[in-house]
Amino acid sequence: MSVSARKGGRFVRRIATRFHGSGSESANAIWETIQLARHQDRPYTLDYIPRLFTEFEELRGDRYFRDDPSIVAGIARGEDGPYAVVGQQKGRDTAERTHRNFGMPSPEGYRKAMRVFELAEKLDLPVVTLIDTPGAFPGADAENRGQGGAISRSMQAMLRLRVPVVAVVIGEGSSGGALALGVADRVLMLENATYAVISPEGAASILWRDAAKARDAANAFQPTAANCYRWGITDVVVPEPTGGAHTDHDEAARILGTHLARTFKELRGMAPGERQRQRRERYRRIGSYREVPNADGTQLVVQGDAVHHSGAGPTG
Amino acid sequence: MSRRHISISVDRLKRRPSGSPSRKLPADDRSCPKCSSHYRAEELRRNLGVCASCGHHFVVGARERIDQLAEGAGWRELWSELRAADPLQFVDLEPYPDRIERAERKGSNEALVVGELRVRGIACIVASMDFPYLGGSMGSVVGEKLYRAAERCAERGLPLVVVTSSGGARMQEGVIALMQMAKTVVAFELLRDAELPTVVVLAHPTTGGVWASFASLGDITYAEPGALVSFAGPRVIEQTTREKLAPDFGLAETQLANGQVDDVVDRRDLAGRIAKVLGILDRPRAAGPAPAVTWAQERAERAATVARGLPERAKRAVARVTRQDEGGNR
Repeated sequence: MSVSARKGGRFVRRIATRFHGSGSESANAIWETIQLARHQDRPYTLDYIPRLFTEFEELRGDRYFRDDPSIVAGIARGEDGPYAVVGQQKGRDTAERTHRNFGMPSPEGYRKAMRVFELAEKLDLPVVTLIDTPGAFPGADAENRGQGGAISRSMQAMLRLRVPVVAVVIGEGSSGGALALGVADRVLMLENATYAVISPEGAASILWRDAAKARDAANAFQPTAANCYRWGITDVVVPEPTGGAHTDHDEAARILGTHLARTFKELRGMAPGERQRQRRERYRRIGSYREVPNADGTQLVVQGDAVHHSGAGPTG
Repeated sequence: MSRRHISISVDRLKRRPSGSPSRKLPADDRSCPKCSSHYRAEELRRNLGVCASCGHHFVVGARERIDQLAEGAGWRELWSELRAADPLQFVDLEPYPDRIERAERKGSNEALVVGELRVRGIACIVASMDFPYLGGSMGSVVGEKLYRAAERCAERGLPLVVVTSSGGARMQEGVIALMQMAKTVVAFELLRDAELPTVVVLAHPTTGGVWASFASLGDITYAEPGALVSFAGPRVIEQTTREKLAPDFGLAETQLANGQVDDVVDRRDLAGRIAKVLGILDRPRAAGPAPAVTWAQERAERAATVARGLPERAKRAVARVTRQDEGGNR
């Protein structure tokens, strides 16, 4: 996607129609987007929070084990009232990156998020989540403390919220580690953000068995905002300042702020039960499959051992 | 004399059933990777895919798994017409449709098979993942089938049993596959609303997006012996953190100690254990849940309260009405 200047309100429709018919973006453009999404000067969660809110109090710890600095969570004062904010935080310099674990959360991070969701529920605070992670942390300790269950329960907690919840993919959204904070009434995505099932490097080493093929993987996934809009993964593509969000943090936050305000205004008009129902429906609809008649002889009624499927025997 | 075929051919032991070479094997004989015992396909099938000498659990396909749980009784497959599409026109080392076609030729139609059956007499819906089909990976069809399974459970008041065996989200469907994680969590929410139990059985391997979504949300969670259960695979962890993992990392037994599963259950006991827990939780659903105070009783009591203040004749009239109510609602 070219990052040239765009003007105002027609942006979303333009970007969508642009990729609807003629198909894919060029490999170079996609790779450029991925580099922008990971740009080290790109605004992170802690850059957006003070620009979107007048006051912020960070809450730390999951109340079970420890605090996970790769997820920042807290309460914030917006122009129209209090909010709960949760987001992954990468680091800008080496020291901070190590401290933040490169924005790769452990189960404690997701449990902290769930704790803040609960608080939001109690105090009727709308929830904003900011997604920016290469994925959940792949570590033995994280696994032993239930990484899988932490991610699934975080999604569950978000589905159960009665307050409005908006997720924003601000940078890199990869794997379940991103989706754990991404189950929302509306999902916004910045123009140069990416959202994919796995990082291009991870995909390259799994599918191509060669980590150097990240570019090919990126081209195959096409994880850009325009495509996510097309597939119904994101509802709004938020424009970035000319050249990308890293060129002007204030302007990037201002544009995001207007979109957030608009989105929350719309969501506040709905009853909590209705929001919950539509949130479920939103995810229920996502999917792409064919329906074929059973021409291959698949039996509808299978009788115990009587049925044999070639090659369906045990494998080791 | 003995009909048991004994082979010491190293060549044959090396031939793992990955891809086309397995076609050349006579029938589909297997050797146990742990103790090298050799089994005829039929023999192993009768043994539920468990090595008789060392207890190693072989991976079993989705349909065979449901056969095992049905224990010879019939079962009905649901939504077998749903097949994978190629929304991204995805090509890695080969185009995605080619992979689908090759996997379908092996006899499965998708990585999740849903069946309606009775496990030792208890009606339920079983959703079983098929590892031989593209690594049991979760794409749109898996999400949709699981959702429909949950929906049907809620409609009919049936419990849901899920047997997982998957490498995670299906890469070839990109971010759409990722979203199936959320979709399956929604599916389990339907069962929460309907107050119906979910039993999840983690078979080897349950990793990635499957473990990080519905597989970790079961009300009752069992794992098969030796099954790998983890979000990130051991290879990825070793590469990322450069730490050497313990040999028992992520195995069912470790996850039991970690508090991630309720028990490690041998496949030969599985049907019995599922039937046991579903039996404990079973309620006569067809008649609807029986509330402590029935509507008729409540109405009679309210009428009696009112009647206490009335003259004798009116009391008799009220009594007559409430008696009729009770009779009518019995």
